[in-house]
Amino acid sequence: MRHGTYRFVIGFLLAPIVLYATFVFYPITQLVYVSMTNWTGLSPKFRFVGLDNFAKIWTDGLFWKAVQHHLFLLILLPLITIALALFFAFLLNMGGGTRGGVMTGVWGSKFYRVVFFLPQVLAVVIVGVIFSRVYGPDQTGVLNRLLIDVFGMDKPIGFMIDYGMWAILGALVWQAVGFYVVLFSAGMSSIPADLYEAAVLDGASRVVIFFRVTIPLLWETVQVAWVYLGILAFDAFALVMLLSIEQGGPDGATAVLPVLIYKQGIRESEYGYASALGVSLFLLTITFAVLALRTGRREAVEH
Amino acid sequence: MNSTQTKREIRLLSGFGHLSLALWTIMILFPLVFAVLASFKSNTEIFIENPFGFPSNWDFASFGRAWTRASIGTYFINSVIVVVASTFGTMLLGSMAAYVLARYRFVGNRVVYYFFVAGLAFPVYVVLTPLYLVVDTLGLLNSHIGLTLVYIAYSLPFTVFFLAAFFKTLPNAVAEAALIDGASHTKLFFRVMLPMAKPGLVSITIFNIIGQWNQYVLPLALLPAEKDKWLLTQGIAAISTSAGYEADWAALFAALTIAIIPMIIMYAFFQRQIQSGLTAGAVK
Repeated sequence: MRHGTYRFVIGFLLAPIVLYATFVFYPITQLVYVSMTNWTGLSPKFRFVGLDNFAKIWTDGLFWKAVQHHLFLLILLPLITIALALFFAFLLNMGGGTRGGVMTGVWGSKFYRVVFFLPQVLAVVIVGVIFSRVYGPDQTGVLNRLLIDVFGMDKPIGFMIDYGMWAILGALVWQAVGFYVVLFSAGMSSIPADLYEAAVLDGASRVVIFFRVTIPLLWETVQVAWVYLGILAFDAFALVMLLSIEQGGPDGATAVLPVLIYKQGIRESEYGYASALGVSLFLLTITFAVLALRTGRREAVEH
Repeated sequence: MNSTQTKREIRLLSGFGHLSLALWTIMILFPLVFAVLASFKSNTEIFIENPFGFPSNWDFASFGRAWTRASIGTYFINSVIVVVASTFGTMLLGSMAAYVLARYRFVGNRVVYYFFVAGLAFPVYVVLTPLYLVVDTLGLLNSHIGLTLVYIAYSLPFTVFFLAAFFKTLPNAVAEAALIDGASHTKLFFRVMLPMAKPGLVSITIFNIIGQWNQYVLPLALLPAEKDKWLLTQGIAAISTSAGYEADWAALFAALTIAIIPMIIMYAFFQRQIQSGLTAGAVK
């Protein structure tokens, strides 16, 4: 390559590499190092303590509670979201009649798609603030008010007191479903119409077509959705910060790792311990990603 | 199965289907409408007398209180400044890096590419503590410039990954012709290749705008001290968590409405582009 081309290549790469190296790559390399020190914000002096922070994590009840909560979300968030999204996408794309041999969506499917996707453009913070009113613990909470006034329930439910993680899960599902409806709809519309025609001619019902034709052909998209939602299950930061009692409480009932990392690392300046929590979170997410990609490899049907 | 059975099945399915679709629509819209209507009501109206109906009188004063007294105006403008700067920076630097990595052969090309893409494996929470320390060391805590640089850096992995794939699909003939005509590489990039990559650029720009506008943990960690530098998400969260019963709830909901309305208007206009922009990552 000519000399001038190299100058051009370097010129174009320099600024992005410097920025990325400073704020992403360098902190990643620092993570492991800081996690093996007793660095706190209290004194500039700190020393190498090996795996002490990890030993502390191992006996930290709050850490294990957080891990349990991530597992809870890891199982239920994809399961519920994908089931609802597949069901809605099915109705919106093939729930209507057959027109000229091609299956159509139900009436108004465009409108539904627009509304369902709407929460996706809202900041999680806004979702959190709105749901803090929805889950209000006394009769002034939106949900309690509805349950008492309309359904005759006799006393209000303390959603965030007694069912914290379920309430968090509800808000996550509320926001996520529309995104996957759109994603699955795109997948469904790329399935060739003659496959459906053949199934219809064979006398297959809608439900049979859905399970035997649509889902196998959509399997790769479902797998992608599973990985995305799994990664979301390790987040939940904003919702826990805004919805839960005492940001992760009561008594660790809604503890999640990102909140622990933020509280320990930024608020309490326990840099060493928070970095060790960061390493733990990384190991958990990467384990999940590898497992998901391995076990999800059911042979996809080509079309 | 004969055709009458099929028809009955479709009717049953569409009845049940319509019911569940309508139910989900109500579940999505109800809390949003509740929040917007509450911004016109008094505390007693919101909590006791009339939580779900239209306000007894449309009182816009809460918007003024939210904008000035609760500083939502300042937070809003801060957010606009940071997001405009960081999205512009992300798109400029991201497309430059992606273009060079996608279309030029040089020693170390793959190394640099994977160097960027590897960032996708690290959620921001994982590196939050060392990132905070680095930003602090550079003296960039509580600074919009620092936050903007961090936003750009964390948006680069996905932007480079997505745009590199896009630049690869562009035809060679045009580029070669331009070079033969004596255009410089830089000119070729800005005048020819960027305009050709427009569909990909639009998707990823929308993706970055929404992602950065909605960001919460980074401003929370990196703009901790000076309240007048806070961003919108941070400000709203702070008002909400400090609000008790004596608080000005109408102003809080007005603040929410101020944050929601621009997104809804943007969504109404660019609905198709936003849907394809946000799902772009999952499809590729």
